Formats: sequence, structure tokens, C-alpha cells
Amino acid sequence: MGRLLLIWRLALRDLRHRPVQAVLLLLAITAATSTLTLGLALNGVTSGPYLRTAAATNGPDVAASVLPSGPNGTQAPDLAALAPLASAAGVTAASGPFPVAFATLRAHGHAVPVQAQGRDLAPAAVDQPLVTAGTWVQAGGVVLERTFAQALGVTVGGTVTLDSRPFRVVGLAVTAAVPEYPGVCYYMTCNSPTGQAEESGMGLVWLTAASARGLATSASPLSYVLNLRLRDPATAAAFAAAHGPAGLTGPQSASGLGLLTRQEVQYADNDLVSVAQQVLAPGSWIAIALAVASVAVLAGGRMAEQTRRVGRLKAAGGSPSLIAAILLAEHLVIAMVAAAAGLGIGWLVAPALSSGGTGLIGSPGVPALAPGAVGLVVAVALGVTLAATLVPVVRAARTSTVRALADSARPPRRRVLLVAVSAWLPAPLLIGARLVARRQRRAVLTAASTAITVMGVVAVMAAHRATDIATARFNWFAGLPDPVFGRVSQVMAVLTVVLVALSAVNVIITGWATAVDARQPSALTRALGGTRGQVSAGLSLAQVLPALPGAVAGLPLGVLLFAAANGTGQVLVPPASWLAVLLLGTLAAVAALTFIPSLLTARTAVAPLLRAETT
Amino acid sequence: MTLLCARGLRKTYGRGDALVRAVDEVSLDVEAGETVAIMGPSGCGKSTLLHLLGGLDHPDAGTVVLAGRHVDQLGERGLARMRRDAVGFVFQAFHLMDELTAVENVELPALLAGRSPRAARRRAVALLSQTGLADRANFLPSALSGGQRQRVAVARALVNDPVIVLADEPTGNLDSAATLEVLRLFDDLHQGGQTLVIVTHDSRIAATADRLITMRDGAFIDETRLDGGTAGSLARLAGLDG
Repeated sequence: MGRLLLIWRLALRDLRHRPVQAVLLLLAITAATSTLTLGLALNGVTSGPYLRTAAATNGPDVAASVLPSGPNGTQAPDLAALAPLASAAGVTAASGPFPVAFATLRAHGHAVPVQAQGRDLAPAAVDQPLVTAGTWVQAGGVVLERTFAQALGVTVGGTVTLDSRPFRVVGLAVTAAVPEYPGVCYYMTCNSPTGQAEESGMGLVWLTAASARGLATSASPLSYVLNLRLRDPATAAAFAAAHGPAGLTGPQSASGLGLLTRQEVQYADNDLVSVAQQVLAPGSWIAIALAVASVAVLAGGRMAEQTRRVGRLKAAGGSPSLIAAILLAEHLVIAMVAAAAGLGIGWLVAPALSSGGTGLIGSPGVPALAPGAVGLVVAVALGVTLAATLVPVVRAARTSTVRALADSARPPRRRVLLVAVSAWLPAPLLIGARLVARRQRRAVLTAASTAITVMGVVAVMAAHRATDIATARFNWFAGLPDPVFGRVSQVMAVLTVVLVALSAVNVIITGWATAVDARQPSALTRALGGTRGQVSAGLSLAQVLPALPGAVAGLPLGVLLFAAANGTGQVLVPPASWLAVLLLGTLAAVAALTFIPSLLTARTAVAPLLRAETT
Repeated sequence: MTLLCARGLRKTYGRGDALVRAVDEVSLDVEAGETVAIMGPSGCGKSTLLHLLGGLDHPDAGTVVLAGRHVDQLGERGLARMRRDAVGFVFQAFHLMDELTAVENVELPALLAGRSPRAARRRAVALLSQTGLADRANFLPSALSGGQRQRVAVARALVNDPVIVLADEPTGNLDSAATLEVLRLFDDLHQGGQTLVIVTHDSRIAATADRLITMRDGAFIDETRLDGGTAGSLARLAGLDG
């Protein structure tokens, strides 16, 4: 007990003694754990709202529909294909068939294809959309699906036209029979071959059956939808397999019949959110990799500063294991705090990214984090810290007492070629290159963390590019901005901020560690005639030089990361101008962020540093 | 000709009760080619004085004129140029770059001064030969003895042909044999007309100077012109001959 108390007390004292380093360490790990929590929290976040909506609207377990058939889709649908389904085994209730007309809705300058479903004024036994504003359908009035209305910017009391016929918007409603806008997909499969929700871009409106029939033409006859409730909702897929057409479904099947199960709808609703999760998942691993680099440099720097303290503890009788425990405890305390902070931040931010859609009752709200997810976040925080600190901790604990008390610096490395080549360079580059040669592991970490950041940002750029292309395509056929793309853009913005912030912390930490390590050689260089400007430029260049290959390597890696993460293997290279700006911007940012510690080091008086070395 | 002229130099550290007058109203003239030794107990301000003379530190008061230039009025850039072109430093702790070989250490100030790498290397090799270390040119400092390291440091101090060499306890970290190596080197420099200011605890080095100044509590308390004068032999005076 006494030993634990001693470890705790000494660890806490040291944390208080170096608060800035502790805060930087906390920030680095928190950024990684927040991103990971966000990714985990978004997984399955919409299942709650879907189930609430299904319960409130008597959602169908299976929605069966028939489309017009014939070469041009001009033959009236085969209603007989629906008839046996209402009385099939396992069906306990049904509503419909309801007529559905395809029309073009115009409002606020948008022209959007819609499915206009004709409904009775009386509530249906299965799939009675829940009116969230205004009233249910009435003659001359139309009810819009809520997410669709929001994307259009239409509210109750407004006016829209359906195939040039004016209708008053009398209400907004939600349903669990189809995925929310833009995933409305009665007649086509809700899932593309890649497993992602197919965004039809089609809106859903309800109006009276008479109005729906009035919209039908000989070129575009009515379709019909039949909603079915099953005794056991879990058997929906089996029911669809047993009663649906073999092979192709919907308009491509011979009968024009298509069956949509509640599980498909729920999956599609979830999938619209999970696009964001797909971005966050690789993003959180990138953030974790950056956090490892930050913590490694920071821990290494802290250990280098604690050499004399280690010597004193050893001289006072501390065993290597006790010293290792004290040093590890400091970092593990920070890791635990960072895990808690990351869990809190991720948990609070997740609803903002998942509640973009309003087609379901209630926002997903604050998601429940499974104990497994919490455990994973804590394990990652501890793992990152252990991976980064174990080597320097063990090295510090095993240092001889005399050597530690003398605080002799770790001997620098020598790189013959770099020293020889640097002789031909201007003084700042000479100083910078030789500082790089002194601490190669740190240079490798700088290069790696820069590569990881640039890789992440390039992947985000590629995703933006893909989103831009998809948005343009979506706008072209839907005439409306896609709320899913908006949500993905939000996630990418969050991810970019996290990556850039982590990288900035990394650069500051590495720059600071290099500056501290280079105090004596910097002072000596000035004593030998180097100017402050040359020394501070050299210190900055010591970060920029390894960052350059890292940034260059990050460009193709980012393209590959996007190809691997998007699930389709699609290779999309962001415009060259974006990449050039990223490359130059990264190097400029590294130089700017290391400028202050470099300047501070170069401004330190030379004499005390040279004197300190002799004491 | 007076090469170095310091007047009323003052440097203090701390404040209130903790105020330390490291250098207190010190004035000093050093002639070209002269060797001046400054002795005194630890903490008397010898090293601080040397740093003020060489532009490594700023005085709180007083003036320093080196080769006609007011060191105390120079900005950081001017001081750097002066340290590069006019002053050579030799430190007790050698302060060699551990990752550079002897010849790379020696050529470093020349490279910082903008000399071509070839010229810098030629000069460094020549100086290492002069200091008897031609066969150790490609050795890292860790592979050299203390005396050899200090000789490398002296060669480095000379690489830009400084008008004055300021040596701070150059034998302070050396054993007797190594001390003799360094003494011989300073003797050679003295014979060659190099101006030297040496801060030392070692009475043998002090005895070889043209002038010996004793310092205590930041001030000069005694000054003695020694027999040898500028024409004397450091080695003979130090008993190194034979």
C-alpha cells in the first residue's frame, strides 16, 4: 500500500511540475479517443428511431409493390400479383393496394421526381404515416415526407405543383415503410451491390387516391403498393424470398413485383448514417497512429528531462521497477483521463452527426455506448501510451545511477553521408541537416506523422471530390442537395480538424523536443560564429527536412487509403492544385509551428548554456 | 598596439540579497601578441569576464573594444560575425560535437563563416597537422584522449584566423600528461604571435604568460608582468623543456 502511495504521490508531483507537457499529452490522446468513440457511437445509431417510428406508424413488415410492365413501362401493372400476398400464410394484417403515381414536384425552383401515393382519408391498418405537422391528406392537399420537405425547404401551408397541378402542403409525416429521403426505394432494391443504401433521390408524398389517379397518364400508368404485417416480423426476409419473384425484382422482374422487408428499410436508414461512420473508422485509426507518434516524442522528451530525477530516485534506494512504475503511472494517469475525455466528447458529438435526417421519429439522441466500445477506447488509450512510453521508461529505469545523476545526454547518432553533404549547404541547412542526423528516430517520427496527416487529409480530399461528383450527379437527377452528403461533409470537416490539430500538436511537441535537445549544440554553434537567425532557421529546418519526404509520401498513400476505405476500390486523385497547396501548406505549417520554440532556443544566452555543460 | 581594451566592465546576477557581482568594474588592455593569464578561485568571475570579452554575454555596464570595434555596442548579428572572424574560444569542457569527427569539428566555424567546403577542409587538415593530430583527423571525439580533444578544440578556435583566442580553463579537465600536450600547443601559438587570454587555475599555465592577473570577487586584485615577456618561452618557463 505504501509503495502504491509513493508511486502515486511522485507521479502526481511530476505531472504538476510539468503541466504543459501533461496537457499536450492529454490533448494528443484525447483527440484519438474522441474520434474512435465517435466512430463506435455512430454504429447502429438509428435503430432506436426506426423502431419508434415503426411502432408509431404501424410500420409494415413487408411492402409489396407492382410496377407498370412492358418494354416502355406503359402497360398497367399486374394487380393480380399482389392479391395472394394479403392472404398468404403468416400475414396478420394488410393495407392497400394503394395507387402510386410518378410525378415531378416543383417548389422553390426545384424540380424533383416523386412517388405520389394515393391514400384514404381514414387511417390504414398498416403503415399509417404519422403526421408531425399539419393534417393528413385531404382533397387538393398533399402531405410531404418530413426529410424531403426539409430538403425542399417547404413547410405546411406552402404550395407545390405535381406535374404542373397545384397542391397545398397540408402536412408533414414520417413513415417506416420506406427509408427516409433520399433513400426512398419502393420499387428498386434499397441496397446497391456494394451494400450501401441506394439513394434514389426520389421524394415521397401522400395525397388522396383520387388525386393520385389523376396524375397517372397512359405513358406513365399507376403502380400499386400493398403493406403487410406478419405474425413474426423476423420472418420478413423468408416471406419475401418465398413470395417474391425469382431472380430480378421490381421493374426488372417479369411481373413488376418487388418486396421490401422491414429489415431492409432499417438497414438502409442506418446505412445513410453509416456513410459517416465509414469515414470515421479509418479516420480514427489515423488519429490513433498520430497520437502514438505524439506520445512517443513527448514521452521520450520527458524521459530525457527526467534523467537526473531518475538518478536521485535510484540514489535514494529506488529500484528500477519502482522507477519504471512511477514513470509509467504518470503517463497511464493521463491516458485514463484522456480516455474519459474522449468518451465524453465522442458521445456528445455523435448525435450532431447522426441526426441530420428527420424522417424518423425523434433524433437518435445520445447513443448508448456498449461496454465493449468503452473498453476498446480505454484499451486504445492505454495501449497507445504503453506502446509509446515503455521503451523510454525501461531505458530510463535501467540507466546507471552515476550516469543518470550526471545527466549525461544520450550520445547523438552520426550519419557520414549527411554530414558530408551538409558541408556544401548554406549554414541554416547545414545546421538543420546535422540536427536531423543527430536524432534520426525523432526525424523518422516527424516524417511518419507528417505522412499520416497528409495521407488522412488527401483521403478526405478524395472523399470531398467523390462527394462533389456524387452531389453533382444527385443534383442533376434529383434537383436537390442530398442531406447525406451534408452529413458526410460535416464528418469530414470534424475529421480534418482532428487530424490537423493532432498533427499540429505533434509538430509542436517534436519541435520543442528538438529545440530542448539542441540547446547545447545551438549555443556552441553561436559561440563559433553562427547567428541567431541561422540557428533558429536550422532548428525549423530540422523539422521541415524530414517533413518533406513524409508529406510527399502521404500524397499517394492518401489516394490508396481512400481507395481502400470507400469499399469499391475506386481510385480518385484530388486535383493537382489541391495537392500542391496541401504539400506547401504542410511544410509552411511545420516551419511556422516550430518557429517559436526555435526562436526561443536561439534567443537563449549562450554563456549560461555552455557553462551549464561544465557543471 | 592595444588589441583588446575593456573599461569599467560590470556584470551582476540575481537581485536584492541574492545579488552577485560576477564582474565588478574591471578594466583590461591586451596588446597584440600578448598572452594574459587570469587566475582566481572558483566563482570569482573569470569565466564571466571571458564571455564578456568574447561577446558571448552582454555586460551590464562598461565597454569592450576589440580590434577597433565596440563589442558592447554590437547587435546579435554583429556579435556573431565578430565571434566568427575575430575570436577563437577554447572551453574547459571542449564542447566538441560528439557526432562529428575531429576534422569536421575543426572545419565547422569555417563552414559557418561561408568558406567553401574544400577550403575549410584544407585549413582544418592543416591545423590538425599543426596540433599533431593529423592521424586522428577522422576520429570521433569519443575515440580521442582528453588532451587530444582539447587540441582539436584549439585547432577549431584557430580555423578562422582569429585576432585573439580566449581560453577558459583549457586544462581544467585534463590529467598531467594531457595538460603538457595543451601547454606545448599554447606555447607554439604564443611563439607564433597569437594573442591569448587564458583563464586558469593552473599555475604552470599562468607562469608562462606575459602578464598574470589575479581576480577575486569579480575584481582584479593584482597584476604581475612576468619575466618571460612576449619573447619568452612558455615551455621553458613551465619546465617542459627536456
